[in-house]
Amino acid sequence: MHSSRDTTGYSVRSFFQLALVIAAKDVRAELRSRTALQSALVFAALVLVVFNFARDPTALSATELAPSVLWVTFALAAMVALNRAFMVERENAAMDGLLLAPIPREALFLGKLLANLAFVGTVEAVTIPLFVLFFNVNLGRALPGLLSVTALATLGFVAVGTIFSAMAVRTRFAELMLPVLLLPFMVPPLIAAVQVTSRLLANRPLSEMWGWLRLLALYDIVFVTLCMMIFSAVVDE
Amino acid sequence: MIASSAETQALRVARRGIWISAVAFLGLAAVVVLALAFTPVEARQGLAQKIFYLHVPAAWAALLAFSLVGITSALYLWLKDPRLDRFAAASAEVGVVFSAVMLTTGPIWAKPIWGTWWTWDARLTLTLFVFFLFIGYLALRAAVHDTAERARFSAVVGILGMLLVPFVHLSVYLFRTLHPQPIVLKPSAPSLPAEMLTTLLVSTLVFTVLYVGLVTARYGLALADEAREEARDAA
Repeated sequence: MHSSRDTTGYSVRSFFQLALVIAAKDVRAELRSRTALQSALVFAALVLVVFNFARDPTALSATELAPSVLWVTFALAAMVALNRAFMVERENAAMDGLLLAPIPREALFLGKLLANLAFVGTVEAVTIPLFVLFFNVNLGRALPGLLSVTALATLGFVAVGTIFSAMAVRTRFAELMLPVLLLPFMVPPLIAAVQVTSRLLANRPLSEMWGWLRLLALYDIVFVTLCMMIFSAVVDE
Repeated sequence: MIASSAETQALRVARRGIWISAVAFLGLAAVVVLALAFTPVEARQGLAQKIFYLHVPAAWAALLAFSLVGITSALYLWLKDPRLDRFAAASAEVGVVFSAVMLTTGPIWAKPIWGTWWTWDARLTLTLFVFFLFIGYLALRAAVHDTAERARFSAVVGILGMLLVPFVHLSVYLFRTLHPQPIVLKPSAPSLPAEMLTTLLVSTLVFTVLYVGLVTARYGLALADEAREEARDAA
């Protein structure tokens, strides 16, 4: 695919090191400006607030709606985060610099994915306590399970979102193109995550969530692998 | 403006597609006659069941279009042949039409039989997603200017979309499903009376021919567009 360079000589270790270098670059840039992260956090909090007022409290209790609210908030916050993932590389033609660097495309993708996961993960980590507070949810023993299912579901749709984000910035109406392409891909992980979350909050046994968790794991394996393989088709002329 | 020879040739392909489609439309008229006059009325569903002869073949054509978009997308990334990209684009456009037929005939049947226009059953959701993916695919194509970039980007969406569909089906299937179970393509023999099966098969054939005709026409038009642009750039 990228014939100008021989990238087969990389060891597994240096491959992951390169991915981490890319991810660290993005995280550092984000920590220096912090504007995107702050906006995304405020955005997530506002979505939670809006949801609270979008329900009729006499008809539907907060806990019944809680899993859906949490996951729609995560999905919208991820969309905001992913929209900026490759936007930052457009300034000063930074993307060209990245592509000229002797880095296998798979490592570049993995680095961008890790950076996006760090961004979305931070937003989610702040959203969960707010969610507990606003919706009066008793997490109790459900917290480790909730964190695991969040990690599993987020990995899958952020992987697809990373590749779509790289494409969307090069189109007209980039901010609109990403949701149109990505939302259908968010639906299977979201369905599974909502199902698992509601069972977790109801203290159901693990056996009732097993099918959904396997679906999430399968989704992650298929789409992370495929997106990594296909990424060079997006960035290489 | 004088048409270049490449453009004339492309338009000939388009014209051939239009002829094939015209034949298919005649076949469609025959299917309507066959379904209304020569096929028995289903005992429990009555006349509402007649829509089956349009709905199922349209669904078949839509899924055929969708699979071929996915397959040609994967082949495009491998072979980089612009014909594959042109075919995928034509197939997606025609697929939108068939999905729309499927998504409108379905609720018309469902209202008297199920008592509801729409339900989040596994197969309904799946076909709705096929429709959304087609729309996203075409929206992306419209938003990228460079031909080679457009081909690569849309191929990525085509491949990922093809892999998404089983996941949508699987995740919605875990909700209970209401759609009629398969009656023709199932391990045992088809449980459909012979006349109904004949009408269905004829209709499926007609829809397949219509798909081929429309895709050929669309392919030829895209080719003509490219030839004209090339001629303009050369001038």
